[in-house]
Amino acid sequence: MSRNCFKFLLVAGFSFFSAFYFNNAFSQVGGAKGPEKKGFNAKEIIFGHVLNNHDFHLIDIVDDNGAKRPVSLPLPVILYSTQRGLDAFMSSNFHHGEQNYHHYMMLTDEKMEELKLDPTKYNAQDIVAITDDGQIDRSIRVYDVSLTRNVVQMLIALAIFTWVMLAIAKKYKNGHGVTSAPKGSQSLLEPVITFVRDEVAKPNLGDSYQKYLPFLLTIFFFILINNIFGLLPGSANVSGNIAFTAVLGIISFVVILLSSDRHYWGHIFNPPGVPLGVKFILVPVEFISVFIKPFALIIRLFANMVAGHIIIICLISLIFIFGNMNKYAGWGTAPFSVAFTIFIYLIEVLVAFLQAFIFTMLTAVFIGQAIEGSQHKEGHDDSVMV
Amino acid sequence: MDLLTIMLSTPIGNAGGAVGAGLAAVGAGIGIGQIGKGAVEAIARQPEVANDIRANMILTAALVEGAALFAIIVGFLAMVL
Repeated sequence: MSRNCFKFLLVAGFSFFSAFYFNNAFSQVGGAKGPEKKGFNAKEIIFGHVLNNHDFHLIDIVDDNGAKRPVSLPLPVILYSTQRGLDAFMSSNFHHGEQNYHHYMMLTDEKMEELKLDPTKYNAQDIVAITDDGQIDRSIRVYDVSLTRNVVQMLIALAIFTWVMLAIAKKYKNGHGVTSAPKGSQSLLEPVITFVRDEVAKPNLGDSYQKYLPFLLTIFFFILINNIFGLLPGSANVSGNIAFTAVLGIISFVVILLSSDRHYWGHIFNPPGVPLGVKFILVPVEFISVFIKPFALIIRLFANMVAGHIIIICLISLIFIFGNMNKYAGWGTAPFSVAFTIFIYLIEVLVAFLQAFIFTMLTAVFIGQAIEGSQHKEGHDDSVMV
Repeated sequence: MDLLTIMLSTPIGNAGGAVGAGLAAVGAGIGIGQIGKGAVEAIARQPEVANDIRANMILTAALVEGAALFAIIVGFLAMVL
């Protein structure tokens, strides 16, 4: 009896306590949004790394009075609009969004809050056209085709990749490694290329693998080298950009469509060996899955890369978040955070290789499904495309 | 301050996104764990086809993880939008 009394008192006491304490949470609703303290803004650092910028941001030098001076490498800004034509200048003219230049303004987080801009229409780092008195000119549509961070890093990666491949190809053309054992950089790439040919291309594409092998190898190495470059500290996040992966996915989709034949579409709209009632459900699903498969490729690569980068930055930011609360808590968090970060970094290197391999292999599987009709004549054993 | 206003407020939207992403991680863990279990058992039964089994395991794990990452991206969007 006293036990029940005790339990009742405990529950009542806890309810009173939570009723009076948790009211605090609701008092913040509609009020506190965004950081007021200038201590450490983890969100700004994460988005500053993951999104695209018009300069390579290296470090921030903090003055004695706490003002931050960013040190960065500016990149060219190229803008086009039908009213104003082509405009090209360096992004250092914007001084990180503090000044306007040539009737253009770079939006920053502070400006977006100050001007109450709609976050779904405008993002930070966007460049908008302004009139003479500094108001945003909404009638001018500015197309931003500048050489941003992602573009420059992608071009550098492409240049290095092309140079390495051509150098190795020249070695083979000169006769080294054809009848003798491969030497030097040949032995770096030959196992990888034979892996892609023997494990990815041949099992999925059958006899016509030669036709698709250049495409598969290009996709594999391009994604791989952009993934690896994105892991270097201070670099841009190229493969974690939805536009980059979307273009790769669309190219794969086009190749799959171009290599499909009547048997493939026949299987989709008229799957053999399926009862009529099931066909009503199956045919729309099969048709939609033609589009969903490349879409999944896009989202898979994008999400894996972006998630990896965010995890690494968050783990390092933990040190500074704790350090803001208490200096010694920051120092104490540092060993664990760095150890965890090294562990996750190694996993990210694995994920870089793995995602390049998975993209290539799934593209090969889908192309193999599309060309399957011409491979074997009869005896369809599977009627549903995976 | 009624319930709807509280539910639509930003901190609860953020919490919803975070909970959704966490559930997606649970789903990925369960799925990939079962793939690993099947693969390891198959290798134990027939060690000489370990390479084939490993290739299929990695392919299937990537597909399952793709589905989980869809959900994580949606959780992220719930936070940001």
